[in-house]
Amino acid sequence: MADAATTVLDIDVLDIDVLEQDELLEEELLVEEISIDGMCGVY
Amino acid sequence: MTVSLDRAYELHPQVALRPEPFGALAYHYGNRRLVFLRKPEVVAVVQGLSGHATLADALRAAEVDERRWPSFLKALSGLETSEIVRERASG
Amino acid sequence: MSERLVDQLKGGLDAPICLTWELTYACNLSCVHCLSSSGRRDPRELTTAEAKAVLDELRDLQVFYINIGGGEPTIRRDFFEIVEYSVANGIGVKFSTNGVAIDAPTARRLASMDYLDVQISLDGLDAATNDAVRGEGSYAMARRAMDNLAEAGFGPFKISIVVTRHNVDQLDGFKVLADSYGAQLRVTRLRPSGRGADTWHDLHPTNDQQRQIYRWLLGHGEQVLTGDSFFHLNALGEPLPGLNLCGAGRVVCLIDPIGDVYACPFVIHDQFKAGSVRDPGGFARVWRHSELFSSLREPTSAGACASCGSYDACQGGCMAAKFFVGLPLDGPDPECVGGSADASLAAVDRSAVPRPSMDHTSPVTLLRRKPARI
Repeated sequence: MADAATTVLDIDVLDIDVLEQDELLEEELLVEEISIDGMCGVY
Repeated sequence: MTVSLDRAYELHPQVALRPEPFGALAYHYGNRRLVFLRKPEVVAVVQGLSGHATLADALRAAEVDERRWPSFLKALSGLETSEIVRERASG
Repeated sequence: MSERLVDQLKGGLDAPICLTWELTYACNLSCVHCLSSSGRRDPRELTTAEAKAVLDELRDLQVFYINIGGGEPTIRRDFFEIVEYSVANGIGVKFSTNGVAIDAPTARRLASMDYLDVQISLDGLDAATNDAVRGEGSYAMARRAMDNLAEAGFGPFKISIVVTRHNVDQLDGFKVLADSYGAQLRVTRLRPSGRGADTWHDLHPTNDQQRQIYRWLLGHGEQVLTGDSFFHLNALGEPLPGLNLCGAGRVVCLIDPIGDVYACPFVIHDQFKAGSVRDPGGFARVWRHSELFSSLREPTSAGACASCGSYDACQGGCMAAKFFVGLPLDGPDPECVGGSADASLAAVDRSAVPRPSMDHTSPVTLLRRKPARI
């Protein structure tokens, strides 16, 4: 019984870590500016 | 960080928004700046800005989880710097 | 997980981000490196009505910006009609010109127009350097056009240089020139395309000069535009500003004067022709469904570059550069900074390399010798 409770706690901690990682990634990926002249294959 | 949750914003009138599979492309005809909005939620927020009294309302309307608001504020500040969005007289 | 933007763009978009549209093969000059082998008008040129129909399509596709060139686009009698129609339909225009038509009244007319950028071509800081490539009188013509634009209050125009062995040392001077006009400098890569195929071996920068270009571009950051044409140099270290990918058929393409659609202006060759705006379904269908563009949007493998640690940075370089010097597309760029192409390049039978599909070069005539008057 005690073991099961510990296991559940571990999983909760893991979820939060993953969520924070997602947030950090999203900070970089929400918007990205490029130059209208910044793509190859144009005069 | 230039934008705040309690102010009102709008898409700059010289900006066109073009949907893409992953989000949208925003182009400012005046300054030629081109920005990719890389998630549909960002597009929803940006499109909803003018219809809400505050940025916080727009974020809530787009159902953005509050834990993600810091990322969104940072992204919107970038958009303000590029003049893609701008503050409007609140109302 | 989350892809890089570049990876999303490699798969292509529903519409180009921007594109090049060569309005005519007619030209008053005969530059030795002309990517479109221009000179004589092609009788099959798109009519004004056809040109407007293309613009209607681009408007519906929400293409925000087009780059008009040629040949010399201002030679077309309907040049202003086309440009004004484009801008009126929400499509910004940059046009590339040798300056022949930009007299004072025309400069004032351009200055009064919105959503319009002008790019003057120049390949040398003086007539000696420039005219060796672009023809007698072309330097003076370009400078006069710049003076007229400045005088008319046009605002920042662009000066675009193709970097050659003979003007690499003039880069600082070009920056000074651009600054003196309040203009934006653009520096682009010479490709062996069009007439460039014949002169590339003598004109392209040496390996040392490539390093010089790379360092100079790094030092000037976003201030100097490059059209992202030097991404092959990213193997040298910190990446240059830009998307750093070949946009051909994925985010950009070319519409040529007779309505043919190519992957980009540097590959005017049947192997890179996707279709025609005159086909049923028009441009949109070609962009979205042509076999060529679909294959360009497939993930590519590194091929012969797989064992090289720099492939991620340089993407194997430019397919136009490889194609027209006779190198395989799945191998290194002829100007690979690591020298990986040197041996195979030396072994190529130059008489057997692909030739441009069309050649609109003017025969030499007495008229052409006269300096253009403004």
